[in-house]
Amino acid sequence: MLLEIKNLHANVGNTEILKGIDLKVGLGEVHAIMGPNGSGKSTLAQVLAGRDVYKVTEGEVLYGGKDLLELDPEFRAREGIFLAFQYPVEIPGVNNTYFLRAALNAARKHRGEEELDAMDFLTHIREKIKLLEMDETLMNRPVNEGFSGGEKKRNEILQMAVLEPKLAIMDETDSGLDIDALRIVASGVNSLRGKERSIIVVTHYQRLLNYIVPDFVHVLSNGRIVKSGSKELALELEEKGYSWLDETVPVSERA
Amino acid sequence: MAIALKESEDFYLKDFREFEDRQAATAPAWLSKLRSEGMQAFAELGFPTTKLEDWKYCNVSPVAGVRFVPAPYELTDKIRKQVKELPFAGLDCTRMVFVNGHYAEELSSVRDLPEGARITNMARALTQEGAVTAHLGRYAKHRRHPFVALNTAFVEDGAFIELPKGVAIEKPIGIIYVSAGGTEPWVAHPRNLVIAAQGSQATVVETYLGIDGGVYFNNAVTEIVAEENAHIDYVKFQDESESAFHVATMLAYAARNAAAVTNSIQLGARLGREEVTTVLDGEGAEAYLYGLYVTNGRQLLDNHTAIDHAQPHCSSREFYKGILDGKSTAVFNGKILVRKDAQKTDSKQSDKNLLLSEDATINTKPQLEIFADDVKCTHGATIGQIDPESIFYLRARGIGLEEARKLLIEAFASEIVDHVKFEPLRKQLKSALLAKMRS
Repeated sequence: MLLEIKNLHANVGNTEILKGIDLKVGLGEVHAIMGPNGSGKSTLAQVLAGRDVYKVTEGEVLYGGKDLLELDPEFRAREGIFLAFQYPVEIPGVNNTYFLRAALNAARKHRGEEELDAMDFLTHIREKIKLLEMDETLMNRPVNEGFSGGEKKRNEILQMAVLEPKLAIMDETDSGLDIDALRIVASGVNSLRGKERSIIVVTHYQRLLNYIVPDFVHVLSNGRIVKSGSKELALELEEKGYSWLDETVPVSERA
Repeated sequence: MAIALKESEDFYLKDFREFEDRQAATAPAWLSKLRSEGMQAFAELGFPTTKLEDWKYCNVSPVAGVRFVPAPYELTDKIRKQVKELPFAGLDCTRMVFVNGHYAEELSSVRDLPEGARITNMARALTQEGAVTAHLGRYAKHRRHPFVALNTAFVEDGAFIELPKGVAIEKPIGIIYVSAGGTEPWVAHPRNLVIAAQGSQATVVETYLGIDGGVYFNNAVTEIVAEENAHIDYVKFQDESESAFHVATMLAYAARNAAAVTNSIQLGARLGREEVTTVLDGEGAEAYLYGLYVTNGRQLLDNHTAIDHAQPHCSSREFYKGILDGKSTAVFNGKILVRKDAQKTDSKQSDKNLLLSEDATINTKPQLEIFADDVKCTHGATIGQIDPESIFYLRARGIGLEEARKLLIEAFASEIVDHVKFEPLRKQLKSALLAKMRS
């Protein structure tokens, strides 16, 4: 098992957002986590990546059998966890290529591999840039600065392609994308699917799952997973809407 | 001359008398007169106090309280060696090197000048007839400014650059002031004059580097004249020793369709004050003022700028940034004056500050005085900390916390240096800046 989340509770300030999450993700699996706004989807994604505004109050997360929660975010990244941000951050003054090379080299150094120099790195990323139909000039600009919504999301997937994580968490990667951008981003993600990589797709809408077809679908509501199933569950949700969940009582609370 | 000075200022007069006697045999009459006027003005003005609005946050009593001797000229092997290692030494270009304010010919390299161009040290230029007589002291107002007055009284050496009509010098011209503290605190009054005739173009970089500790005081004045359609890119890089004092007053004058670009980077000195004034005195003239101040410890770095829109259809862009750490203090005061006739003025100003410590203080003040009615002027100042979202984004990609902080601070600083147009110089400045910030 690559990832095991057991009874995870997390707060922001004094408000409890995650109220006991249980989830297992095996190597090579693609899991979709769906849910209405405010259900805790993005919180879960950020907690896994190590965002410190969220405080874990109970439960544990095992990653490759080891305690994930005790690792600082940079060590989680170097160990192969990748969060594709819902709102990628603009960083003026930091060159996109420089940033991506620094990120890759941090992971390579961690694994005891040789760091790539500027030339080798460019060769390494060229093909991936093409695959994502990215404008190469974006690589010479500051990270995400002045990028369109679609360009930012593509830049996230490019980072994922370059860093080759074991566990990729896509936080609402579809938000704000038109259908063409969505198709390109999804095909980028699909090209990274494989036996050695697990993916968690966090999304509000079923639309993305037409392109990235999940092995499992989980429905999050009010900080808990209230329903799990196959990809058909996503279609059912699309049809019935999230209000259907109001009638669904969490397993743990059934009499 | 009837002069009454406070005790703390008295020795300047005594030194001035000696200086005058030494110079009497060689100084032309106009120069002696100018120096006397400077001394007279300083005697009347005295050192500024914090009661004056322009000096409110810049207490110069530590400068006023020290008995400085005239800067000694000692060219040691250590200095020779250090000059070779200077960040700008690798650039294959004209450079004038000064040691404790005195021209050091053997360390300098002035060559391949286009016909009609003159680049020489001020001491030599002062003995020759020509543009110096017409321009020196015409822009820097010694009657109103005590430090300019003091500099004018003791004007002796510095850099003189004269570009003839239509000549463009592509490689930057370096003016490097190397200062080595001695056994006694010393003062130097570097004086630079750059005259760019019609349609000429050059990049000049004026650098101050402290290579030994010790207390010294550089009181510099730089006058820049960009005549019609001329383009001057002027970089000032201040990295004095940590117990040094640095006061610099820069005046740039831009005629019709001329552009004056100043880029002022302040890192060193215990107390640093830098004034940049640009006068737009012809239609279509442009001013660009960039600045960066990086403070730490108990440093005080003060930046006073003024842009004088004296004619219509001129534009000015001003971007300053500060990075403050420790218990340091920095000041930004940006005045923009739009005179009655300066219609269609287009002016933008911003000052952004990054506070790395809770004990650091920034005083930032935009000051707009607009007397024309058809103008476009915007200004803004921000004070912030390192953005935690950006830190998390970098860490989530595997970049360590310390490295992420450094990267963001350097990025903030780099944006100012990015405005230097000549690429090799920009790269060198950037690496010198980053090396300094990392140490």
